[in-house]
Amino acid sequence: MTALRPPRPRALALAAVLATLAPGALAAQRPDRSRPPTLPPPPALRVPAVRTATLPNGLEIAVVEMHKVPVVDVTLMVDAGTVRDPDSLPGLATFTALMLQQGAGSRAALDIADETAFLGASLNTGASYDGAFASLHVPKRRLGPALDLLADVVLRPTFPDSEVARQRDLRRAQILQQQDQPVAMANIAFAAIVFGSSHPYGRPTSGTEASTAALSRDRVVDFYRSYYRPNGARLLVVGDVTLEEARQLVAARWGSWARVDAAPVPEATPPAGAARTIYLVDKPGAAQSVFRIGQVGASRSTPDYFALEVLNTVLGGSFTSRLNQNLRETHGYTYGASSQFAMRRQAGPFVAASSVVTAKTDSALIEFLLELRRIRDDSVPRAELDKAKAYITLGLPGEFETTGGAARQFGDLLLYGLPLDWYASYIPRIDAVTAADVQRVARQYLDPDHFAIVVVGDRSQIQAGLAALHEGPIVDRDMWGRSK
Amino acid sequence: MTTRCHAARGLRAMAVCLLLAAAAARPLAAQALHVPYTSFTLPDGLKVIVHEDHSVPIVTVNTWYHVGSSDERPGRTGFAHLFEHLMFMGSEHVPTGDFDRLLEAAGGDNNGSTTEDRTNYFEDGPSNALALMLYLDSDRMGFLLPEITPPKVDLQRGVVQNERRQSYENQPYGLAQENILKRLYPPDHPYNWPVIGSMADLNAASIEDVRQFDRTYYTPSNATLVVAGDVTAAEVRALVRHWFGGVPRGPAVKRAPPPAVSLPADVYATLEDRVQLPRVYDAWHTEKAFAPDDAGLEMLADILAGGKASRLYKRLVYELQIATQVAAFQDGGRIDGKFEIFATARPGHALDELAAVIDGELRALADSGPTVREVERARNGIEAGFLDRMERVGSFGGKADQLNYYDYFVGTPDYFERDLDRYRRVTPADVQRLARDYLVRPHRVVLSVVPAGHTELAATEGASR
Repeated sequence: MTALRPPRPRALALAAVLATLAPGALAAQRPDRSRPPTLPPPPALRVPAVRTATLPNGLEIAVVEMHKVPVVDVTLMVDAGTVRDPDSLPGLATFTALMLQQGAGSRAALDIADETAFLGASLNTGASYDGAFASLHVPKRRLGPALDLLADVVLRPTFPDSEVARQRDLRRAQILQQQDQPVAMANIAFAAIVFGSSHPYGRPTSGTEASTAALSRDRVVDFYRSYYRPNGARLLVVGDVTLEEARQLVAARWGSWARVDAAPVPEATPPAGAARTIYLVDKPGAAQSVFRIGQVGASRSTPDYFALEVLNTVLGGSFTSRLNQNLRETHGYTYGASSQFAMRRQAGPFVAASSVVTAKTDSALIEFLLELRRIRDDSVPRAELDKAKAYITLGLPGEFETTGGAARQFGDLLLYGLPLDWYASYIPRIDAVTAADVQRVARQYLDPDHFAIVVVGDRSQIQAGLAALHEGPIVDRDMWGRSK
Repeated sequence: MTTRCHAARGLRAMAVCLLLAAAAARPLAAQALHVPYTSFTLPDGLKVIVHEDHSVPIVTVNTWYHVGSSDERPGRTGFAHLFEHLMFMGSEHVPTGDFDRLLEAAGGDNNGSTTEDRTNYFEDGPSNALALMLYLDSDRMGFLLPEITPPKVDLQRGVVQNERRQSYENQPYGLAQENILKRLYPPDHPYNWPVIGSMADLNAASIEDVRQFDRTYYTPSNATLVVAGDVTAAEVRALVRHWFGGVPRGPAVKRAPPPAVSLPADVYATLEDRVQLPRVYDAWHTEKAFAPDDAGLEMLADILAGGKASRLYKRLVYELQIATQVAAFQDGGRIDGKFEIFATARPGHALDELAAVIDGELRALADSGPTVREVERARNGIEAGFLDRMERVGSFGGKADQLNYYDYFVGTPDYFERDLDRYRRVTPADVQRLARDYLVRPHRVVLSVVPAGHTELAATEGASR
């Protein structure tokens, strides 16, 4: 990522191609359109270097230098994700992260918002299943004062009672509004049905109406004190800085952050999958039916990671994937269909997803199941396998183009404790995946006999058609996945 | 009238659209906002712009066709966007499906989007794939029609109708914009209808419409091609001449000047929707993109509702706690501009309450103007946005797309610094004048979207406004 361009074998190769066509003659002659042009070899993957340091209090710092544009992207990850939510209080982790910005140090909530905006910065705090984060994106020349803000927010939140009440009330309104959003309803119901309410991946990350009503300053303070701590935290800095510069900026602000010991996140056991069932969430008048089909999938540390990447790319991870080609490009039932293995610290869900026109709900389910069975039953043809692998490996350089993009890639490695030289072996490991590997993981991780099929749509229009398929019992659920 | 992403082709594209919606309100930064380029025009009229950026070994080909929904005729709304979808369905030498398959097999991605003013397409991928991208793009520019058949039109009609269902009909408040447009613009104004079009008009689109549209608008002289990334201007020139040299020239595009717009009185309307909470929209005519007051109006929008420190957020959401959210934006297109504010009520609050507070804040700004700090804060955020948009060459909103945007809207591809200068010149007195002259004094469209059966929650004319 330096201004000086290293030698590029690719440029020489292209020059050779042009030379064979003779310069000048190339433009004059009629192009041969009968076949696509032969391409020179692809450029070698250049991943920006990541370097690390550890402060005495245990805070790990990772720095990726990118000097093209004078901006800096900073992400602090803390072991305070929604997996830490008490069973009785889903939404506490995300609410605590939200509350960090509602008063910190000597700044009131609106001061934080005003100063962030004045610096031209974006400051976000939130929590996903496996971690909480506070992130900052800011022009280089305002990095110092922006880091002061970030440090206040993470280290010195005040959690005023009035702000807890204010944000709690706002969140209750937002939870009410989820009933307007069929995609949100489908996601919440699917997680609850697949993992159950005693598993952290089964609970709604933004909480329920009841849990939100029960949020209090004491619960927030208690959560914060238990889990926001330097040991186990990681701070990633990407952009127009050097390691030494970043280390000094971080040490000056986070050096005296005191260690706290916390119990590790307990391993949760997902429930055994029930026999294939269609869970119908009624949304009267809906123009489309929203599908979520799947079950418990794989963890981020699975040795099958690379085979699953290839499998998913073939199945539903690209535009030319089977699900999108079938449901959109062949049948026109939808604007798009996809699939995903959400790999987390523990096994997250596999899910196939689409929003389809109400009148084709049953037809769409037939095609979904056809594709989900076919990829288990038949070996993926060579050309299709090669296309998927090339899409993954040759598209990789683009993932490191921006500070935000590089931060996502390295942040993922840091969050899951994976080696930071992950990408050094990434391409050969994708390339090594065979059709037999794909079929093996398809059979291992996709179990159509135990799919949870969640459909959010107009029951009066779709129930009879779904029942006629005889692909499983149909049960009514609400958006929380509860029996009605 | 900024990028609407009506045609998320890829599955990743949907996420892109969401990100872009936040960033697209204004296209650019601080120190060196310079995007050097070279340019040439082929004999067939195709203008080509090349920007070298060797930081990452990738390349993007970004094509703008200067046609959008504002070029549609009555009875065929949504057609420009439907045509965009057909551009991915194969061309004479590229069988159906190969466009996507070949690109993905080379590690590339692609997408397209349609707005009122233009239709854009990009292919992003490793730098060695440039020739493939140009082969595919030139074939669909010059040889599309032999491959377009009625079944393909029917198929993409179905996809687009599902896009309308997914992104509008099945979204809360999703039909608000089309209800505003038809009240803000007269029926013969090209901004009267939404880019996605109506179901009936999409049903009416025929293969003959496709042929006519292709011959009229999808010609080299009505397009501009930007190639950016880890390539040299010389190699791009040779490859573009090779692949695009034989594309036939088309007739010049003629457009009648749009009818004048005015709103002689306030227009109140109510839409019942499947929503839990009511929302009120205010919409005014303003100025088109790059007109003298366009940048100031964007600053005004930011001061009113950009972030939690803004006046309306502070008042409606934070202090009074009668709204869950508020937003404001200036939307400047090539033909006209509009300014919108919308706010969603909390449970138990009617829209008249929100409307009265909004009007009070508008009057306060018109009477006393913003503080110096408010104007600086807005400008700092806008400058930071300019910097962020220098990070990426491809996709929607990357450098290539911005070069095409400036080229079409102002005739100068590397307009970044001058664009930012527009915002740097805005003073507190300007913002005060704009609030008064564009929002407080003129008439507006007021649309209430309320839960079905609850029209009593709607904003009413004369109620303390």
